[in-house]
Amino acid sequence: MAEPSTLAIYRRLVAAQVRSQASYRASFALDLVSNVVFLGADLLAVLVVFYRVPVLGGFSLTDTLLVFGLSSLGFSLADLTVGNIDKMSRHVRTGLLDAVLIRPLGVLWQLLVLDVGVRRLGRVCSGVVVLVIAVRLAEVPVTPANLLLLVVTPLAGAVFFSAVFVATATVAFWWVDSGELTAALTYGGRDFTSYPMTVYGGWFRHLLAFGLGFGFVAYYPALVLLDRPDPLGGPAWLGWCGPLLAAVAAALAALVWRTGVRQYRSTGS
Amino acid sequence: MNVIEAHGLRKDFTVRVRKGLLRRESRAVAAVDGVDLTVRRGELLGYLGPNGAGKSTTLKMLTGVLHPSGGTVAVCGLTPVPQRIQLARRIGVVFGQRSQLWWDLPLGDSYELLRHIYRVPAAEHAARLRRCRDLLELDPFLDTPVRQLSLGQRMRGELTAALLHGPEVLFLDEPTIGLDVVSKQAVRGFLAELGATGDTTIVLTTHDLADIERLCRRIVVIDHGRVVHDGGIDALHARYGSQRRVVVDFDTAPAAVPTLPGVHLEATAGPRLTFTLDGTASVGALVSALSALGGLRDLAVTEPEIEEVIARLYRS
Amino acid sequence: MGFVTATADRLTIRNFIETVGIFRTLSSSGFRRFSTYRQATVAATATNTMFGFVRTYVMLAVAGSAVAAGGQVAGYDAPQLVTYVWAGQGLIGVVALWGWTELADRIRSGDVVTDLLRPVHPVLGYLLPDLGRAAYALLTRFVVPVAVGGLVFDMYLPQRAATYPLFAASVLLAVLVCFAGRFLVNAAGYWLLDTRGVLMGWAVCAGMLGGLYFPIRFLPDGLAAAVYLGTPFPSVLQIPLDVLVERDPPAGQLGLLGIQALWAGLLLTACVLVQRRAERRLVVQGG
Ligand SMILES: Nc1ncnc2c1ncn2[C@@H]1O[C@H](COP(=O)(O)OP(=O)(O)O)[C@@H](O)[C@H]1O
Ligand SMILES: [Mg+2]
Repeated sequence: MAEPSTLAIYRRLVAAQVRSQASYRASFALDLVSNVVFLGADLLAVLVVFYRVPVLGGFSLTDTLLVFGLSSLGFSLADLTVGNIDKMSRHVRTGLLDAVLIRPLGVLWQLLVLDVGVRRLGRVCSGVVVLVIAVRLAEVPVTPANLLLLVVTPLAGAVFFSAVFVATATVAFWWVDSGELTAALTYGGRDFTSYPMTVYGGWFRHLLAFGLGFGFVAYYPALVLLDRPDPLGGPAWLGWCGPLLAAVAAALAALVWRTGVRQYRSTGS
Repeated sequence: MNVIEAHGLRKDFTVRVRKGLLRRESRAVAAVDGVDLTVRRGELLGYLGPNGAGKSTTLKMLTGVLHPSGGTVAVCGLTPVPQRIQLARRIGVVFGQRSQLWWDLPLGDSYELLRHIYRVPAAEHAARLRRCRDLLELDPFLDTPVRQLSLGQRMRGELTAALLHGPEVLFLDEPTIGLDVVSKQAVRGFLAELGATGDTTIVLTTHDLADIERLCRRIVVIDHGRVVHDGGIDALHARYGSQRRVVVDFDTAPAAVPTLPGVHLEATAGPRLTFTLDGTASVGALVSALSALGGLRDLAVTEPEIEEVIARLYRS
Repeated sequence: MGFVTATADRLTIRNFIETVGIFRTLSSSGFRRFSTYRQATVAATATNTMFGFVRTYVMLAVAGSAVAAGGQVAGYDAPQLVTYVWAGQGLIGVVALWGWTELADRIRSGDVVTDLLRPVHPVLGYLLPDLGRAAYALLTRFVVPVAVGGLVFDMYLPQRAATYPLFAASVLLAVLVCFAGRFLVNAAGYWLLDTRGVLMGWAVCAGMLGGLYFPIRFLPDGLAAAVYLGTPFPSVLQIPLDVLVERDPPAGQLGLLGIQALWAGLLLTACVLVQRRAERRLVVQGG
């Protein structure tokens, strides 16, 4: 898509961002640590629940951890690369967007690298660790198909969550103060995908798992890895739908983004 | 050749007005209302107008940030919004209140990054940077993080940033806003020099009339989104009835005052008379008529202030 | 030394009336200011509601798994957990758990110096508008999630009339504790160039130990007690929620309020001391 030299420019911009953030040394370190702790907090929530009950929605701790691991690795990868797009409102308000629009580079890419969350690297690392431990604990058979699914699922999840980040951030073009709304579907989506879908009930599950596609981020792939039939009656191949869904989500997000920029250009706010 | 060509350019914004507790009304406001603007290569144009006149909005449409609600616009032969990226390489923009530098990095790092963003050959970049460093005296703070620069230093930094890719047109939106006198002069001197070479077309919006007097031979004044004047400063004086003023002191108050065409007696205070002269009236004729009265002690002529002219223009 | 330095010399009735006036003006300024952030309020409320659904279903699953124990988990039954989740989501906005960086921003920009020019002690100058803000949030960000939760799920309503005033007092104390915590974290900006890390640390601790992710009583008992007594975080969310769902008998509720009052006193005193330190620093270094 991008010619090599364009990529090189973005690499430089990312490097500049890393230098910027590292210039606040104490804060940077603390940030890195808090991000690890953040994941720890989510994990702790799961562990504490299982300290009180042996199964949740028909799933044991080890099975739930696998769902959790897939979801949080996918999410933290997205958060690392595009997570800062949730500052869209601020960019619109401070006029940073205008500065970006007068440069000879793509608008979205510039905004993404402008504040890439290097400190979120800690979360990705701990996400990998959690996933590996979960795979061992759940005794997922080591087959080529499973390995492939284990690599593909977090990546597809990352693309999917990135699409959600971008699409929700675009709301800021219409609705300048929408900042926290982004969190409803990004962080909310991560929390939703951290547990087996059997936990949720009724229309809420249908809407988020199928309507918005969050069910395919971790739950269905985890069922394939665990070699378990879906208690909700879904076929096994649903576990392999992640990449397809991610592609669709990315395309939709791109569309929404373009509409948003067009909107900005006509309203200026 | 015209570098900027805009015809019937307009921009409508929808503003919501709160009426009562819950009711809101949407209203379309024309921020720019049919502006025609042609700028030749090498011109240094002052774009002037009171707050909210539509200056920034015009600039945003010319630079491809906003797309016009109506009219046509071409900059360097390109249509700004669809050809934004091509255009971006050929123009430089400074928005006075916002920065395009990297806040936490040394100023010099921003320039290095911009070199890559605009894909400027290293030698060309170095030559332009050297020139800016000399003219704008950047060296003392080239290694300082931008966040620690004073406003004046930062503005000099911004100007440099906008010029490093050798733009054909430089758009400056209130570049001297908030600067102290010394920094203002540095910026003006630099722009004057840049304008004198005739390679770079400069469009400058400002509040500061000193900027205009020092730099621009042509000014375009807009108000409520419409062009109300386009021409030289002299033409502005002529058109808006700039009045020179003649103050004379006599030994004793004269009994009769001469009447001449285009000359008005503004005030009498004892032996001091104040006359205002329309653009066409001759000071010489008035002076000779006055000296014929005898007892003339002192005489002073004041040229019209551009501030006054503009103030009158805004009011009308 | 009094909070309001203008009246610190002598407390007369007139001074007192003036002081009350300043208090009213400042706190209602907070209310009015936040009532203009309508988009932000709607966005935040929608987000709280989304999280309310996710957490409720998880908690219902937890209660469902605990049928053996009569559907009780750590002393909460299903409807109590539902109330816990939704009221908790509502309280996030009331106590302003995260996202308050005003003081840190003003320190960075240097505007903080002007705080010293006001006739009100700076801590109070931030606290009073914050109370106004909390009042506004109570009417918007608390009411909406609780109403949604109540419509969709089977919620627990307090059985004892005394619980309502206790809850109100507990929320007020929670606002005070949370304000003091945020103030201290922001004030780190006097000594640190960038406070993002500290703010984030606060956000993690407040969420995790405050009882947002799971009720602290889910932890082993000894650990839970240590968190309640040894950290201010349960005083910010967990305790008002415990009081509301009547997790404990009246005496227990009063004890919890006592813990909150203790933390509120401790942290507010710390704020005053830190502020004094910071002022000396400001005066010496000129910002
Ligand atoms: N994004 C926007 N939405 C609504 N109105 C706007 C917007 N931007 C500018 N305006 C309005 O358009 C008019 C012109 O603004 P602007 O071009 O910024 O004026 P100037 O730069 O001459 O001070 C003003 O009345 C301003 O309030
Ligand atoms: Mg302007």
